[in-house]
Amino acid sequence: MRSTLRTGAIAAIAAAALIMTGCSADSGSEGTADDPVELTYWAWAPNLDKVVDLWNSEHPEIQVTVNKQDGGDPAITKLLTAIKAGSGAPDLIQAEYQKIPTLVASDALADIAEYAGDDVADQFPAGVWDSVTLGGDAVYAVPQDTGPMMFFYRDDIFTELGLTVPTTWEEYAETARALHAADPTKYLGTFSANDAGWFAGLAQQAKAEWWSIDGDSWGVGIDEEPTQKVAEYWGGLVAEGAIDNKPMYTPEWNAALNDGSQAGWLGAVWGPGVLSGNAADTAGLWKAAPLPTWDGDVSNGNWGGSSTAVTSQSEHAEAATEFATWLNTDPEAVGALVEQTGIYPAATDAAASILTEAPEFFSNQPDFYDVAAEAAQAVAPFTYGPNVNVAFSAYNDEFAKAAEAKTVDAFLAAVAAMQQVTIDDLKDGGFSVSE
Amino acid sequence: MTATVDDRSGGTPPPTRHPRAARARRSRKGALTPWMMLAPGIVLFAVFMAAPIFYTLALSFQKEQVKGLGLGGDSRTREFAGLENYVATLTDPEFLASVGRVLVYGLILVPTMLGLALLFALLLDARRTGAKSFGRVSIFLPYAVPAVISSLLWGFLYLPAVSPFYWIFEQLGWDDVPSLLSPGLVTFAIANIGLWGGVGFNMIVMYTSLKAVPSDIYEAARIDGASERQIALRIKVPIIMPALIMTALFSMIATLQVFAEPTTLRPLTNSLSTTWSPLMFVYRDAFTRDDVYSAAATSIVIALATFAISFFFLRVVQRRAFGQED
Repeated sequence: MRSTLRTGAIAAIAAAALIMTGCSADSGSEGTADDPVELTYWAWAPNLDKVVDLWNSEHPEIQVTVNKQDGGDPAITKLLTAIKAGSGAPDLIQAEYQKIPTLVASDALADIAEYAGDDVADQFPAGVWDSVTLGGDAVYAVPQDTGPMMFFYRDDIFTELGLTVPTTWEEYAETARALHAADPTKYLGTFSANDAGWFAGLAQQAKAEWWSIDGDSWGVGIDEEPTQKVAEYWGGLVAEGAIDNKPMYTPEWNAALNDGSQAGWLGAVWGPGVLSGNAADTAGLWKAAPLPTWDGDVSNGNWGGSSTAVTSQSEHAEAATEFATWLNTDPEAVGALVEQTGIYPAATDAAASILTEAPEFFSNQPDFYDVAAEAAQAVAPFTYGPNVNVAFSAYNDEFAKAAEAKTVDAFLAAVAAMQQVTIDDLKDGGFSVSE
Repeated sequence: MTATVDDRSGGTPPPTRHPRAARARRSRKGALTPWMMLAPGIVLFAVFMAAPIFYTLALSFQKEQVKGLGLGGDSRTREFAGLENYVATLTDPEFLASVGRVLVYGLILVPTMLGLALLFALLLDARRTGAKSFGRVSIFLPYAVPAVISSLLWGFLYLPAVSPFYWIFEQLGWDDVPSLLSPGLVTFAIANIGLWGGVGFNMIVMYTSLKAVPSDIYEAARIDGASERQIALRIKVPIIMPALIMTALFSMIATLQVFAEPTTLRPLTNSLSTTWSPLMFVYRDAFTRDDVYSAAATSIVIALATFAISFFFLRVVQRRAFGQED
């Protein structure tokens, strides 16, 4: 009896010890100032380490090290390699919204829903939050910055030619025709077959749903009414020669921004950086307006933007989420992000309180960030799928042909081809696709 | 090739004079030396050439399959695919089109490049040519410019809005000079970059082998009354035929592997697709579509085709060029 009692006691003590070690392991993962949790963070935003320094000085128990990456694509390729290899991934990664489904499909991201609750969700516009949840219950990242689209135009040229700022796409088309008729060397914009994200933003504004989750299968809705409408519209403008058909981000485009041959640009909120870099001499001549709407229906699309995600290899998901939440919602952190990295924060309220003064390039437009805030609020929900890369490269190839062909039919055929390539790729990979 | 093998077997008599035991001891002692000398090369070859080739081969017979939505770790499995990837590559109209485009590119580039290289080499070798070393260096210099850089430079020159050429055309009143980056001309635009970079290298190879020709042959020809042009065409060209064949072979292989120029020019124009050349097709599969398995199969197909073309070319040409030596 006694021996059994003793055994029982020993067992109890052993169990208690186990529980205690379990506890101390847990509290260990929370970290202390003497034995901090060390997190690594792959990111490419410039000067992000300076923002992280703020966190490190205030949180001795969780220390974050930024590992600078070359850019969005290489960082993701590296992460996917580390995930396949089973080790070597960081705790946190800066991920563009369109990469999230691909990363989730490769099991590269941790579901942080239990650490990032509704109070985090409330800080962001619904459309943006959708892109980090994929419309489900899981949360795969905390949004960092967004790229609500805006219409930039040369105010001086508009005044000179007596043009008014278009508020609908119909007016945009009329303005484009009037401008090109008044000065045949000038265009109001160009249809760029090189920038799939740009076209996705325009389709998003028209309420397109390129991907959707339908139970246990993916739906692909590229070749549907909203995107067809957008393609038909741009095909028509290119066909009649009212706008240009050459890609953006070429030396030719830069020159055209400088000399006024491109008198407008459908860009995004980060546009001032691009314009000041490519057409520095035109500072103060541009103005920003909301994207023209489809018949007054206020809606917008995103072009660009990224989030902070916790990887599936992280052993400190909770601490990592705490950091990611701080980085993207804390007013001090968001202020530092704006100042150091020049992003447009996804956290709406924080953005409004910080972004009061217009960017230097738009010093002639004091209400620049009011326009931006309006644009950000209007962003329509949009779900990216697991093969965005495939759809985007199909966009490049198909719309390049269409832009050269300069017919509405070619633009519509390009949309159909994108749809086909995207569905075929999903099916080849074994995904179940609903039709 | 057969000639050299025959030479060796017939040329070195077996050394029978040494006592057998001594010979064995010496060869055993010395047997390790060549292996040790070869070791770094063998190791590097095994690790960086053979292993990746076998890995590529292994990948090419596999595929990755997901289930359902494909979200989450368990939904992804690697499967044996048999010849599926190869069939997909060989029946993909885009791949076949990219091969066609590169063949046209090669037909434009290789004869022009080698013709110019030969012309320059003969001119530099001619007796009356002045400023030889300056000419040699300035023709060779573009070869030292990396293909990406030269493509960027040419890209600027091709874009009408920023090109000084188009500015001059405009001053001359030629308004409708088409851009070389337009769909019908883009192959010439890429071939021109290859030409610019490649002529110098091939010229140096040919010029070097011309320099190796003993000059008494030319003297004999002159005494016989041959003109400089006759010497060039009847003596110099046949003598350096091996160099011409080698440069032709290398140029053909390089043609099949064209990648940097079209990839660099692609963002500048609507005329180049992401699958313009076979290697761009491989790149798209591997890095844009994240499908290394198809990319591996296509790479193997390209490697085998390159090997087959080289082998066939050498067989045909060698029989003609060296027929009299057999």
